[in-house]
Amino acid sequence: MPVEGEAANRPLLAVGNLTKLFGTFAACSGINLDIRPGEIHALLGENGAGKSTLVKMLFGVLSPSSGQILWQGQPVQIPSPSAARKLGIGMVFQHFCLFEALTVAENIALSMDPGVSLANIAEEAKRLSVSYGLPLDPNAHVADLSVGERQRIEIVRALLQNPKLIILDEPTSVLTPQEADRLFETLAKLKAEGRSVLYISHRLEEVQRICDRATVLRHGKVTGACDPRLETPASLARMMVGSDVAHVSAAGTDLKGDVQLEVRHLTAAARTPFAVSLKDVCLKVRAGEVLAIAGVAGNGQGELFDALSGEYPVPDPDAIHVRQKPAGNLGITARRLMGAGFVPEERHGHAAVPALSLSDNLVLARCQSDRKAFIGGGFIGIIRQQAVKRAAKRISEVMDVRKSSDNPAAGSLSGGNLQKFIVGRELDRQPTVLVVNQPTWGVDAGAASRIRQSLVDLAKSGSAVLVISQDLDEIFEVATEIAVISEGRLSEAYPAATLSREKIGLLMGGMDNQADAARETSHAH
Amino acid sequence: MRIELEKRPKISTLFSILSPFIALILTIIAGAIMFMLLGKNPLDALYSFFVEPLLEVWSLHELAIKAAPLILIAVGLSVCYRSNNWNIGAEGQFIMGAIAGSILPVVFYEWHSPLVLPLMLLMGMLGGALYAGIPAFLKAHLNTNEILTSLMLVYVAQLFLDWLVRGPWRNPDGMNFPETRTFAAEAILPELLSSGRTHWGFVFAILAAILVWFMMRYTLKGLEISVLGQSERAGRFAGFSSRKMIWFSMMLSGACAGLAGIAEVSGAIQQLRPVISPGYGFTAIIVAFLGRLNPLGIIAAGLVLALTYLGGEAAQLSIGVSEKVTRVFQGLLLFFVLSCDTLIHYKIRVIWSKLGGTAVDGGH
Repeated sequence: MPVEGEAANRPLLAVGNLTKLFGTFAACSGINLDIRPGEIHALLGENGAGKSTLVKMLFGVLSPSSGQILWQGQPVQIPSPSAARKLGIGMVFQHFCLFEALTVAENIALSMDPGVSLANIAEEAKRLSVSYGLPLDPNAHVADLSVGERQRIEIVRALLQNPKLIILDEPTSVLTPQEADRLFETLAKLKAEGRSVLYISHRLEEVQRICDRATVLRHGKVTGACDPRLETPASLARMMVGSDVAHVSAAGTDLKGDVQLEVRHLTAAARTPFAVSLKDVCLKVRAGEVLAIAGVAGNGQGELFDALSGEYPVPDPDAIHVRQKPAGNLGITARRLMGAGFVPEERHGHAAVPALSLSDNLVLARCQSDRKAFIGGGFIGIIRQQAVKRAAKRISEVMDVRKSSDNPAAGSLSGGNLQKFIVGRELDRQPTVLVVNQPTWGVDAGAASRIRQSLVDLAKSGSAVLVISQDLDEIFEVATEIAVISEGRLSEAYPAATLSREKIGLLMGGMDNQADAARETSHAH
Repeated sequence: MRIELEKRPKISTLFSILSPFIALILTIIAGAIMFMLLGKNPLDALYSFFVEPLLEVWSLHELAIKAAPLILIAVGLSVCYRSNNWNIGAEGQFIMGAIAGSILPVVFYEWHSPLVLPLMLLMGMLGGALYAGIPAFLKAHLNTNEILTSLMLVYVAQLFLDWLVRGPWRNPDGMNFPETRTFAAEAILPELLSSGRTHWGFVFAILAAILVWFMMRYTLKGLEISVLGQSERAGRFAGFSSRKMIWFSMMLSGACAGLAGIAEVSGAIQQLRPVISPGYGFTAIIVAFLGRLNPLGIIAAGLVLALTYLGGEAAQLSIGVSEKVTRVFQGLLLFFVLSCDTLIHYKIRVIWSKLGGTAVDGGH
């Protein structure tokens, strides 16, 4: 698809004054954006900046409230994803839309016009995957594939439509650094063919590496359009966040106390067919330490958290020791009474119930550990609303939780503010052991740095902190020790100062282990 | 033109109060249309259905008698439904409570003591609770769907009662009618007022409503019920056991239904017959939802649904339509209540213009 002269300057897609209102809330307001043929265009912004809303309008999932979309100079309306595909827009979503029990080819067939034979699809998918360097076995079941391989299915599915524009929503958030490199090669190939890519991310480093131009969104408005290569990460971050973000001062405590949390040869079978089993996990966290567990999503992080928190206890009491006492077979309440605190990954419906007030959500996590303070009335168990509300207020002040009223429903808080409350709820107890899963997932930069600092401070004050995270930046900010989880196996813990991103990347892919390496290459059999 | 439902940013307090009233109005409108199609004057029909029963003292007593079991059962069901356990079998638990409570006056009819009545009530609650324990056990330990098991156990209870009153418990002096002995005086729930038949069952219902309201609003148990009902995962994180909650909520609602059963038999019928309930256990489901699963709302809703029973009887007498209109009204009401609840979470938007798919084909 050679592009010459004037056509090269005419944008493939131009968006004028595009606005999307949800009620009175403007998720996108007056967005202007143009994408030229054959460029990789970055869409930058924090969570909640309006990136997803914008691309959903481009892909026909949402209809704009006002404004116009020009496709190759012609005004168009895109009422549905299939209309977008017909125009030549393909999209790879952040959360994959795949059926785990079906094969790769079957999943691809679901998005194609009916009447094309499965064998043809498989053959075509195979050909595309080879020519773009995306090795994929069309007959493999999705359930057996890694996250990176699943993403390839989505990309191949988009490529089968021969699109002129491909939209990728946060594609590297689920990849190891090595897998990400492979993806970038594919993107370069697409660009060389004259296709355009709209690349959504909040990772500045990779945007600077691969993108030709960038548009920055904040609070639903365009706050900057630039060539990312001419900017510094700091200047890009300023456009995204609106101000400089407080830097987390590294842990660096020299104090190394007793082992407060220890896991000895923890093995747990997967509870569902698509869960990961834990295999011989060993770890130690001392007082004053922050042990971070890195890993690509879906490698057993959730399962490890469940076992550590006691939501799903294990039969062997000695598999988990809290403050040097066996706790493996104890439930979450008993472990809280031993001095441990827990922050799960999912805010809505796990750490908190969205429809209940903040004070009720405080009781939720602390009704037994602070029974004396919060519950009265003997066996009837009347909640002392005044005491609970005072504590909720104290937590909100300490963690700078911004809320619309005195005691609002948890669901009405933004992700960052609710997460600050949930972390603060545990810190308020000064737990000796704190286990946190994805502490700043989907949280704005200001709240994230507040949360990270509070974790570091807790360790400094002599507690043992275990952080499970997919975010390498976060891990390097808070960790004193780092271990990597891959397919339910945990690597040794290394002092944070001795590890590089590349080494962690290798550990994430299970590459430190020859057997695993062999398995990886034979995966596409 | 098309109609869209748009999710509200947060739930509307206005509509969570208004929705039962809108549902009532829509029910009355639909009822009027139904009467019109039956060839009756809709205004006269609605008057005799909804207003006439409220004009006389004796019929107000009947209203309280019918409302009592509805409220008592619905209060128990509200705990179940709030904790995400779908007990549909209150009718069966009502019957089993009535049977268990009747053991003393029917089998040990020669035992006379002031203890008989309190023991009957306790055994009634126990009977209902144990019968609800069957679906609770099946759900907690075998992961069976409680909607199906509790519903099917209703038919078992109904046939068991039928067999009892025709067989072993039939009154030997009853000329072969399928009935048990009539209860002795000390086995009969006393009347509340001298002016009519209302018995202590109504007091039990109001008391249960207030106690459950207190539990839901002020106690940790109430929070546990809400948390487990809205998210089992969050409940597990809090250290609550969803398995124990299945037992607790099912047995509590079973006990309420069982108490309603024995109170009905001992207070209003005074013996066991093949049929002792005009579907109270099912109607109470409507009561629970019309009352927004709030015990105080349920008291009001119980009175409204009791009126549909009386109205059905009245309409049969005065305008000559089948008393099946009772069921129609109850069904309409549940239908409208559930659909009006949509308004709490969604806005209705009518879109007049096009936004069709034509432009795209042109651009290609």
